[in-house]
Amino acid sequence: MTGLHRRKIVNALAAVVFALMVVLAVIPLFHVLIYVVKQGLPGLSWTFLTSLPAPVGVPGGGMGNAILGSLILVSIATLVSVPLGIGTGIFLSEWGRGRFGALVRWVADILSGAPSIVVGLFIYSLVVVPMRGFSALSGGLALAVLMMPTVARSTEQMLRMVPHTLREASLALGATWAQTVWRVVMPAARKGILTGVMLSVARVMGETAPLIVTAFGSGFWPTSIFKPIAAVPLQVFVYAISPYPSWQQQAWTGALTLVLLVLFINIFARLLLRDRGAQGR
Amino acid sequence: MGTMPDVGADQTVKIDVENLDLFYGKQQALFGVSMSVPARAVTALIGPSGCGKSTFLRTLNRMNDLIAGVRISGTVRIDGTDIYSPWIDVVDLRKRVGMVFQRPNPFPMSVYDNVAYGPRIHGLRNRRKLDEIVENSLRRAALWDEVKDRLHQPALGLSGGQQQRLCIARLLAVEPEVVLMDEPTSALDPISTLRIEELIADLKETYTIVIVTHNMQQAARVSDYTAFFLNGELVEFNATAELFTKPKDKRTEDYITGRFG
Repeated sequence: MTGLHRRKIVNALAAVVFALMVVLAVIPLFHVLIYVVKQGLPGLSWTFLTSLPAPVGVPGGGMGNAILGSLILVSIATLVSVPLGIGTGIFLSEWGRGRFGALVRWVADILSGAPSIVVGLFIYSLVVVPMRGFSALSGGLALAVLMMPTVARSTEQMLRMVPHTLREASLALGATWAQTVWRVVMPAARKGILTGVMLSVARVMGETAPLIVTAFGSGFWPTSIFKPIAAVPLQVFVYAISPYPSWQQQAWTGALTLVLLVLFINIFARLLLRDRGAQGR
Repeated sequence: MGTMPDVGADQTVKIDVENLDLFYGKQQALFGVSMSVPARAVTALIGPSGCGKSTFLRTLNRMNDLIAGVRISGTVRIDGTDIYSPWIDVVDLRKRVGMVFQRPNPFPMSVYDNVAYGPRIHGLRNRRKLDEIVENSLRRAALWDEVKDRLHQPALGLSGGQQQRLCIARLLAVEPEVVLMDEPTSALDPISTLRIEELIADLKETYTIVIVTHNMQQAARVSDYTAFFLNGELVEFNATAELFTKPKDKRTEDYITGRFG
């Protein structure tokens, strides 16, 4: 009887401990979000979202060009990294059992752990120097290098989660391996793959360091992907370390904008996927 | 020619297996199996778990190719052609020799797309023709009446028994000659099982069917011929009625009377 009693108490205690840990983990998360909203919301306005930055002392001004710049940079990065990353993921999951697969996996894991400034410098020496200038293109490529390993590895994992019985069913109908991957395995893993892509988009959306040495930042509207371009995190960085309260306010609002951008892209991608998947699942 | 049960002179052989050995790495799973599977009849493979009956079934459409480290010797001929010869196109072989699996495995697509999958990958685009194939296949699998109003709904919404019949319809849509079934009813309830068994009886008019089953009553109900496997060997192969009433081998008798397995 006492044994049972003891067990119940220990069990309840364990539950309390774990619940406490959850609370501890969640507090900073919510705190960050609430704080950003609190500090940033007062400065959020249509003008902020659509106009160029104003000099110190001049009222108004915003991050319109930086928001557009960030979207362009992330678009370039996505366009480059998603096909390459998903392709690599397919290779790793379907053919990558041998030594070469292990090597690719190892390289991807190291790359995904590389400090982002290192990737920035890599693109600096590989793209910026030969092209004689900072550019949106180089910024996008730096972000693409950061996205690729994540996309590849998450795609691989999602494809592996597709039950083997589905592959067998397709092959037993006389499908080739490529047809099987393309028409059965990929659609079944679609949602998971998108989640991986979105996570990496969210990550590079906030990247600052690699952009300093590639996209560089700009006070004007973007005109060409071969010219320097503004980005929200860069602008936030510049404003946050400035001594002017009005700029610091804009930095907070910029941070909030960044969070909202990621949120909207996420929602948009989910909606897109739901429409296409209506016939399926 | 492999072991052939006494089946009258007009019975043709569809699959002829001779001296088949199969190894998973160093472990041997099949030992010198020889048997001739008659055309347009149901042949059941019975035996205790791990006796090699599923492995044997999978050699007939080369599904074992997918497993690393599988080695095979001996010959398997379908209509006289060696299916392990290097000139054989495996994709083409699997079109001719279809398979139904232990658990229903419909694709996560609509009912229609599941059945149209095979014809589509083999290049058919004509909408009218596809509609026709889908309807015919579903009818032959005795599923049409239940799904005709939900063709464009997800196949995963069907019941287990319906899903298995859908898998059979999906298979029939590519017009195979041989249908391999790997314990097709082991995950189904008795009523669904009965429906599949009725379906098998219909299908043998057109197809050569080889079915692995755990269930001896099922073998007795649906098959014309039965092969008894034990420890990777083919112990006995005969007309089903003969094998169950007058087994020639002591081990067969022990198994069918329930002394082991």
